[in-house]
Amino acid sequence: MAMLEIKDIEVFYGMIQAIKGISFEVNEGEVIALIGANGAGKTTILHTITGLLSPKKGSVIFEGKDITKVPAHKIVSLGMAHVPEGRRVFAELSVYENLKMGAYTRKDKDEIARTLEMVYKRFPRLKERRNQLAGTLSGGEQQMLAMGRALMSYPKIIVMDEPSMGLSPILVNEIFDIIQEVSAGGTTVLLVEQNAKKALSIADRAYVLETGKIVLEGEAEKLMNDDSIKKAYLGE
Amino acid sequence: MSFISYLINGISLGSVYAIIALGYTMVYGIAKMLNFAHGDVIMIGAYVVMTAIASAGLPPLAAVLLAIIFCTVLGVVIESVAYRPLLNASSSLAVLITAIGVSYLLQNVALLIFGANTKSFASVVPVPALVLAGGSLTISGETIVTIISCIVIMIGLTLFIRRSKAGQAMLAVSEDKGAAQLMGINVNGTIALTFAIGSALAAVAGVLLCSAYPSLNPYTGAMPGIKAFVAAVFGGIGSIPGALIGGILLGVIEIFGKAYISSQMADAIVFGVLIVVLIVKPTGILGKNIQEKV
Repeated sequence: MAMLEIKDIEVFYGMIQAIKGISFEVNEGEVIALIGANGAGKTTILHTITGLLSPKKGSVIFEGKDITKVPAHKIVSLGMAHVPEGRRVFAELSVYENLKMGAYTRKDKDEIARTLEMVYKRFPRLKERRNQLAGTLSGGEQQMLAMGRALMSYPKIIVMDEPSMGLSPILVNEIFDIIQEVSAGGTTVLLVEQNAKKALSIADRAYVLETGKIVLEGEAEKLMNDDSIKKAYLGE
Repeated sequence: MSFISYLINGISLGSVYAIIALGYTMVYGIAKMLNFAHGDVIMIGAYVVMTAIASAGLPPLAAVLLAIIFCTVLGVVIESVAYRPLLNASSSLAVLITAIGVSYLLQNVALLIFGANTKSFASVVPVPALVLAGGSLTISGETIVTIISCIVIMIGLTLFIRRSKAGQAMLAVSEDKGAAQLMGINVNGTIALTFAIGSALAAVAGVLLCSAYPSLNPYTGAMPGIKAFVAAVFGGIGSIPGALIGGILLGVIEIFGKAYISSQMADAIVFGVLIVVLIVKPTGILGKNIQEKV
């Protein structure tokens, strides 16, 4: 059974239909990429999964449980963390306070401290800057903080929205290395990216979105060699 | 000596404005709305104290506690019944107009129950006046208690927000509701908590205000409410230290204006200063410059 199942969802913004019946699944341990152009509906799908939006039709099943109607603030304690588009770190809070926010729903202080050490180990830069206000960090550091904050909830699955957006090529590589590490650590990853080349290079499987519909799906390696994908998304 | 006496009175009045301004500023910071009924909660709190002492014979401290509890519940009820259904309304004016409506509702309910006559409010402060400098400077017990209350509330609230989990959740919600939800924070619950704290503080402010200026009618809360709103804007709305600075400055300007310029013109002077401050610094003294990092 799939860890996360999206069944035929339709999402509207007022009268406008953003998602026109999409189904896909994510198995435990996989890295899944959703790729597609701006406005294809990638972010809308992630918001629907984590409860920030509710679909008009269809359902979201996580570990066999229907979470379609579960409010956003109850999702994280089920084991699903969301790294939102544009990082959305709390600029007025320090790096440390941001990370603590990530563990908001967890109770055990010792476990939180252990996770914090793990996050600091993965992101040494965050440890160096732990008392700095998050708003003063560079874009790459903010992305690391957003990821570290999500990891603080000790998620089974992490959902990431455009983690490479606005970053320099070196930082993009660094961020993707970290995503691979997170995956290797046993966390399932659902990744939304405009940088299709990078996303496909680390994903197991991928779904290609166009104006609210899945137009292509398959193993990432195969998609990378698909002529239409090459032409439309990889710029070859 | 009269200068120092005016200054102390100004700080005392300003402390009341600051405590009320906290309610405005916290609700604005977190729910991004102006709760214009906030001033009337002060009046309700004062009536609860008066009734509890006069009719139920409660000791003053118990009456004050009762008023705090009553106003806390009132604030939460107002938020959940009148404002929450409108928080996602397409126009933020809808909530503003509702708040004005709630303000009139509270005033008229008080009018219905207690009548339009101004009643005298017996001070609940048991502290004797302090006589200094050989009798030429007298500081009333109400003044002392008001200033101390303001200091204690400011320190307590700052610690609560910086140190407690609920306080950190408030900061997170005030910055980004969506991201706060992703952390597992119940945004509606956090907004309700903010109203609860603001309304509890309004009850305290009501008691302090009516003890210092011992009269009470259904419109008692309206003017201090508006001035506290001015104080919040003055100091930078959304900022807690801003509410303190704005409140104290407003109180001092008002008392000095009354004493040295004209008692009729005092309010005009207060609002005149606000206009000047807003022209020079539109975000208020400690207001954040709104910057978005892309």
